[in-house]
Amino acid sequence: MAEQSTVQTAPTVIADDLHIVYRVNGARTGRGSATAALSRILGRGSDDAARGVRKVHAVRGVSFVAHRGEAIGLIGSNGSGKSTLLRAIAGLLPAERGKVYTDGQPSLLGVNAALMNDLTGERNIILGGLAMGMSREQIKERYQEIVDFSGINEKGDFITLPMRTYSSGMAARLRFSIAAAKDHDVLMIDEALATGDRKFQRRSEDRIRALRKEAGTVFLVSHNNKSIRDTCNRVLWLERGELRMDGPTDEVLKEYEKFTGK
Amino acid sequence: MTAAPSLYEGLTAEQLAAKYGLTVSGARPSLVEYVRQLWGRRHFILAFSQAKLTAQYSQAKLGQLWQVATPLLNAAVYYFIFGLILKASRGMSHDVYIPFLVTGVFVFTFTQSSIMSGVRAISGNLGLVRALHFPRASLPVSFALQQLQQLLFSMIVLFLVAVGFGSYPTLSWLLIVPTLALQFLFNTGLALVVARMGAKTPDLAQLMPFVLRTWMYTSGVMFSINKMLEGRPEWIVRVLQVNPAAVYMDLMRFALIDGYGSSNLPPHVWAIALFWAVVAFAGGFVYFWKAEERYGRG
Repeated sequence: MAEQSTVQTAPTVIADDLHIVYRVNGARTGRGSATAALSRILGRGSDDAARGVRKVHAVRGVSFVAHRGEAIGLIGSNGSGKSTLLRAIAGLLPAERGKVYTDGQPSLLGVNAALMNDLTGERNIILGGLAMGMSREQIKERYQEIVDFSGINEKGDFITLPMRTYSSGMAARLRFSIAAAKDHDVLMIDEALATGDRKFQRRSEDRIRALRKEAGTVFLVSHNNKSIRDTCNRVLWLERGELRMDGPTDEVLKEYEKFTGK
Repeated sequence: MTAAPSLYEGLTAEQLAAKYGLTVSGARPSLVEYVRQLWGRRHFILAFSQAKLTAQYSQAKLGQLWQVATPLLNAAVYYFIFGLILKASRGMSHDVYIPFLVTGVFVFTFTQSSIMSGVRAISGNLGLVRALHFPRASLPVSFALQQLQQLLFSMIVLFLVAVGFGSYPTLSWLLIVPTLALQFLFNTGLALVVARMGAKTPDLAQLMPFVLRTWMYTSGVMFSINKMLEGRPEWIVRVLQVNPAAVYMDLMRFALIDGYGSSNLPPHVWAIALFWAVVAFAGGFVYFWKAEERYGRG
């Protein structure tokens, strides 16, 4: 257990028997025909199953304590509940059962959803910054830094063009640059490392290391074992929504690689 | 509890959290705190509404010109159907009826589109809700604000129509400001209510157009309630006139149009307008806040 191997500092995140359930409408029968929907509505019984709401139990009873200064990697196969767990820690997804206690406001690194393709990169920087809770002055201060970091203007004045004119790599770089512009208490990164070209990847890894130093605790979701090994000192391994292993990076990764047959 | 062995110092999660001052993630703040947080996000709310507004026409060749052209075309279509074909003016002179109709359409559209975008404010932006932290009321408020800005563009058309039909600017035009402010409060309140309902039941977005159309036809958008119901018992007329949509439309017409005097307004019209605005906004805000921690489950 990580608690015994590292010097104890104050906890920043406590997850206590956490369960997350998604509800999906109209997914009981494979076909979404109108008659099927009608019979669902008319069907007696008031429980979810009878109304054709399917439950997806994405996280099942996860408990752990994270401390200041830790960098925690989350691994597991696709659909094992890693991203869901991050969102629940951030308080963005309501818990079905159990609780998450945090020190301050954990933030997810990502502004994709707030940005609009029809707006210029310039306006998106402002919009994304405001969405993350920065003030207008803070954004003004960081603006040039964000543009330079993204490297959008290296090939001409692209920042004043709408984002829909960007290549997918350019858009991803701008998104990462905006998201990484803010300092965080508890920082969560969801496979953000794999964006952009080789040069930008190296730059963003450096930026994440810097963010780690400023942040209290970092969570990183990634399928890249190397980047987990480079950045994290503790790993949580999730499988089918359950916590399968929790410990120092090397130990857990060794088991995980055995499990995935690498 | 399965967690017990991994928690250190032999404390339960709750005790440990209390010891280090950790708080439950995603808990609903108090109402006062919520208002404070929302005020802190005012720049985001404004920027988001402006961004939505701009993004609407950014692919069109004429660009932002459509902000004015769309209401202008709307007014033309309604004039063609109700003014020329159906002749719904019922004794109102042409000079009164055209601005009457256009005002009604624009003012009602303001409420209508605020509600429609309110229904989808949460359910249509789940990605945003699940990615970032902000008071969720920012979204419906922002959409209502977007509609207000849209209406301000429509007001340009409205002024042109009014002047074109002989109603020149007078001091009474100043009454437009309080009317719009009250209607905006009312719309925001309704948007908050339907946003919560739409977050739980997205089907509402399909149902709402029918409700709104019914409301429109009973609110006297294309006809004057007074003239239409001439000879009916007075209480029927009064009941139809206190309808909030009718109140805001009539106030706007009274402010703008020369030939539309106070005889067309129900008694205590400002008190009614204020009542609807305060009740809808306060009620809607509290109703929305009560489910704050549950948005995002989808």
